[in-house]
Amino acid sequence: MSDEIQVIKVFDLKGLACPMPVVKVSKGIKEVEIGQVIEAQTTDPGSLSDFPAWAKTSGNEILKTEQEDKLIKFYIKRLV
Amino acid sequence: MDMQNVETQLAELKSSLEALDKKTAENKLAMIVFSGDMDKVLAAFVIATGAVAMGMDVVMFFTFWGTPVLRDKKKNVGGKDVMGKMFGTMLPKGTGDVKLSKMNMGGMGTAMMKSLMKKKNVASLEEMISLAEELGVRIYVCEMSMDLMGFSREEFIDYKDLAFAGVATFLQEAQNSKVQLFI
Repeated sequence: MSDEIQVIKVFDLKGLACPMPVVKVSKGIKEVEIGQVIEAQTTDPGSLSDFPAWAKTSGNEILKTEQEDKLIKFYIKRLV
Repeated sequence: MDMQNVETQLAELKSSLEALDKKTAENKLAMIVFSGDMDKVLAAFVIATGAVAMGMDVVMFFTFWGTPVLRDKKKNVGGKDVMGKMFGTMLPKGTGDVKLSKMNMGGMGTAMMKSLMKKKNVASLEEMISLAEELGVRIYVCEMSMDLMGFSREEFIDYKDLAFAGVATFLQEAQNSKVQLFI
């Protein structure tokens, strides 16, 4: 990707445990328009496999995943 | 070509398509909550709310030991017979009374688990139930279990989508659900 990802909204899901990060992101993504990108920040290691699973099932797209120590950042594009 | 024949074939095709449509499972999770253990009921609600996040329609059917978990501690109903009173006292009255299936250790283990859950930011059973309500998880309570244990409808929690039903209702829901679980 040549250009920067333009994040519309950031969701702070740090410290939350399963199933909260996925529950909150599924609600949160509906707050933006289709085609827009949100950033979800979690510290739950399970979300590394849960977010892709959620995105695949719900039909949204994870553009990028970043990890700094315990912090995990997902850039998710709303497709549906 | 014989027009009559084509029409008959089309009608046959239509009806078999409709039959197939009925057989196709919906994106739905149907769950039986048989257990009244805190850990198992918690797992049931984690799966239920997670399933809504995954875009599924969720229905939970509470039966047998799962039934008293949904009683409301604040609600008292009179007019019970001796057995009803006995069961009413001995069985848990809501989420506050349920214990771990393992390592309960006279309640100490359950208390320790609850404080650990708080520390680790894991939602409590009460929080999970209100989240499920908010997310539109539907709940059925088994009439037979209620009758057996002497519970009346008035002593259950206030929950938006709670109804009382029997096994046929669950099976009807389960039949067209992609995922079915027994907990």
